[in-house]
Amino acid sequence: MFDIVSFFPRAVVQSVPLLCGSTGETITEKSGNLNLGIPGIMYVGAISGVIGAFFYEQSLKAADKPINTFLGILIPMVCCLIGSLVMGLIYSFLTVSLRANQNVTGLALTTFGVGFGNFFGGSLIKLTGSEVPSIALSATHGCFVHKLPFAKNLGWFGRMFLNYGFLVYISVIIAFVAAYILRHTRHGLNLRAVGENPATADAAGINVGRYKYFATCIGSMIAGLGGLFYIMDYASGVWSNEGFGDRGWLAIALVIFTIWRPNIGVFASILFGALYILYLYIPTGANQAIKEFYKMIPYVVTIIVLVATSMRKKKENQPPESLGIPYFREER
Amino acid sequence: MIGTFHYNLKHLLELVNKEVSGLDQQVPAVAMRNITKTFNSGAVVANKDVSINVFRGEILALLGENGSGKTTLMNMLSGIYFPDDGQIFVDGKEVVIRSPKDALDLGIGMIHQHFKLVDVLTATENIILGLKEEGKLDLKKAAQRVKDICDQYGFELDPYQKVYNMSVSQKQTVEIIKVLYRKADILILDEPTAVLTPQETNSLFNVLRNMKADGKAVIIITHKLNEVKEISDYVDVLRHGEFIGSLKTSESTTQEMTNMMVGRQVSLNIDRPDPVGQDPRLKIKDLTVRSEDGVLKLDHVSFEALGGEVLGIAGISGSGQKELLEAIAGLQVTEEGSIMYVNEDGAEEELLNQDPNKIRRKGITLSFVPEDRLGMGLVGNMDLADNMMLRSFRAGKSPFTDRKAPRKLAEQVVDELEVVTPGISTAVRRLSGGNVQKVLVGREIAETPRVLMTAYAVRGLDINSSYTIYNLINEQKKKGVAVIYVGEDLDVLIELADRIVVLCDGKLSGILDARKTDKNEVGLYMTSLHGEGGEENE
Repeated sequence: MFDIVSFFPRAVVQSVPLLCGSTGETITEKSGNLNLGIPGIMYVGAISGVIGAFFYEQSLKAADKPINTFLGILIPMVCCLIGSLVMGLIYSFLTVSLRANQNVTGLALTTFGVGFGNFFGGSLIKLTGSEVPSIALSATHGCFVHKLPFAKNLGWFGRMFLNYGFLVYISVIIAFVAAYILRHTRHGLNLRAVGENPATADAAGINVGRYKYFATCIGSMIAGLGGLFYIMDYASGVWSNEGFGDRGWLAIALVIFTIWRPNIGVFASILFGALYILYLYIPTGANQAIKEFYKMIPYVVTIIVLVATSMRKKKENQPPESLGIPYFREER
Repeated sequence: MIGTFHYNLKHLLELVNKEVSGLDQQVPAVAMRNITKTFNSGAVVANKDVSINVFRGEILALLGENGSGKTTLMNMLSGIYFPDDGQIFVDGKEVVIRSPKDALDLGIGMIHQHFKLVDVLTATENIILGLKEEGKLDLKKAAQRVKDICDQYGFELDPYQKVYNMSVSQKQTVEIIKVLYRKADILILDEPTAVLTPQETNSLFNVLRNMKADGKAVIIITHKLNEVKEISDYVDVLRHGEFIGSLKTSESTTQEMTNMMVGRQVSLNIDRPDPVGQDPRLKIKDLTVRSEDGVLKLDHVSFEALGGEVLGIAGISGSGQKELLEAIAGLQVTEEGSIMYVNEDGAEEELLNQDPNKIRRKGITLSFVPEDRLGMGLVGNMDLADNMMLRSFRAGKSPFTDRKAPRKLAEQVVDELEVVTPGISTAVRRLSGGNVQKVLVGREIAETPRVLMTAYAVRGLDINSSYTIYNLINEQKKKGVAVIYVGEDLDVLIELADRIVVLCDGKLSGILDARKTDKNEVGLYMTSLHGEGGEENE
């Protein structure tokens, strides 16, 4: 058997972008917006953070000063949140205010986001004039992976649960808080009503448009954090074009897998993360094809869950009823 | 003229009341004065110069045919529309109502015909939705308040039940409590009984009486005269958007109300021509149907439908009527039994497991009007002509469809059934409920069927349109068609049908001769097998 104590932390760091993406998408979908732009938004969140960190590090280099941990975290984080917020606003404006088709808008945003990331990523690489097609932000990475100093001394428990950068904990906290808000607060109740039946929510005096905007934008920002984590923590501060891969789509699959519950997402994302890297831990030999089969597992599992929930037809486990449908008050 | 007279009479009575019971009676809870509302910048006049009064501790019935402007008038009171002209007074003070929220702040709550509820939420969650109360969300406390309201007025409701598990009447209860929870004391109910069984209607009326006793003002929009008689204190009649008159219920007759509503003398008797031929058309034997989750919906039901006869089917809603009709139409998977069809030559053939289209072509048509009216049979976004084409697009050999015939048919249906529509290229969902039904029933009848099945054909229709439909059914009967009529209104069923098949919980409770039975007997058969329960209780 393989070594669980070293496998688990790798699954966890693998899971964080998925968790952020799926928490964000769950909040968005609860408002009835099916945001397929999440992969693009995570890309934009990542590159925005990279841009912020890059110029901060450049200015430090020019002044020959050491990095300030607080600013080193704050600048990329704020850039990331603004970048993904703008993406969320674009999506909301198109689908809520102009009532454009949500699928088309989302897919367009994904294409746009990936292109946006690659364009600015490429530009920064040119600026550095480096030989390798990537940007290394090791100082910023250092800020993001500050760990509890005593974690390593706590044996397997410390190594499995306490030995992570702060974004890991933040993403878990966000997921649990989101789950609590959705289930146990007035705003959560109103938000669910908007996603299920906007006409009813409207009649009850809930501002449908505002809930959709807020849910989508907050969801986008949470998803953007996932992109930031991927670069600054997981990838050791190294941006390379297309490096993020298909994690955005996996995050959307995760929403279905968790039947729209962010608290389940915390565990499900670790499972997905584990499945995602399983091929590294199982000897596959030189045969690349088998490796690809292992990579498929998360998607297969999602399909199985989809089939299972569809067959059981439990109302609570279905997607929000008006998911993907624009709301227009005067429509009969 | 007669209307004006009664209007004056009412005011006279008010004056008398004032003398008798002191000051709190004199100011109407709501007074609408000279209300006018037009749509399409004046092209359509929905209400013209309408004035009504509603008093606390009274139930006012707003009576009128489909499209007479009852709902529009009430929508202005509940903040959905804004009047073009006129004033609204609440407790004597002039008010401006711009939104449903304004209305609720004034204590006016409306229960619409189409429920606005979120399926996956519980009753309580639906009730408190959108409320801006201080502090943490406390569902337990809210549920307790819901329970209190239930106890106070005699509702039966589990505060934690999910809406998707509820029957129509339970959903209506949630809607009413929603309004009461927001402390409304002026309640407007838009055709509340259209979807209820007689038993459910009774318990609703009991609740309304409790509210009345509690000093609330209640307005009920309806066109069912027997209900008006039963529940209301006053009746205000509207016709073509205009106020016709006000009657005191206890001093007027249904004939008088009908005449005011329709504007001419109307016969309230339903024709029942003698059956012709009476050759067996359908022989149903031991039909058993189980729903997807294993519940027995029909249990060994056997009967025959004869040509030239109207066979009524009675039963509490959900007793298997839908499954029965769908099984005959080939839309329902059956477990056991047989449905034999006797064709023109007298030969019998099994209908079970046949393709619905083939069954249709044999001349067996089904027009089912579901609770939401549009759900089955018509496509809301398509226009009248295209909806007619849904039945004919397979006809002909050419790869292109024939558009002329359906257009003609649509025109014919509009013409004969007096469908109110801007034209035959109007999307069906834009028509009012009654007109949608006419289109559906009209199309089914146009196919010259040998067996015509209609379910709830007059659901929500006003008296005039209902009679049009009864006449259509009788015409088919005279042509020798076997008509199977599923209806809710027992009075109508007994007057229209020749024989009545009564279902009780999926079982055949009895087949009654409509000419010899009465409402009580049918009701007894509906609630207990073979009408036995009644005797047992004694």
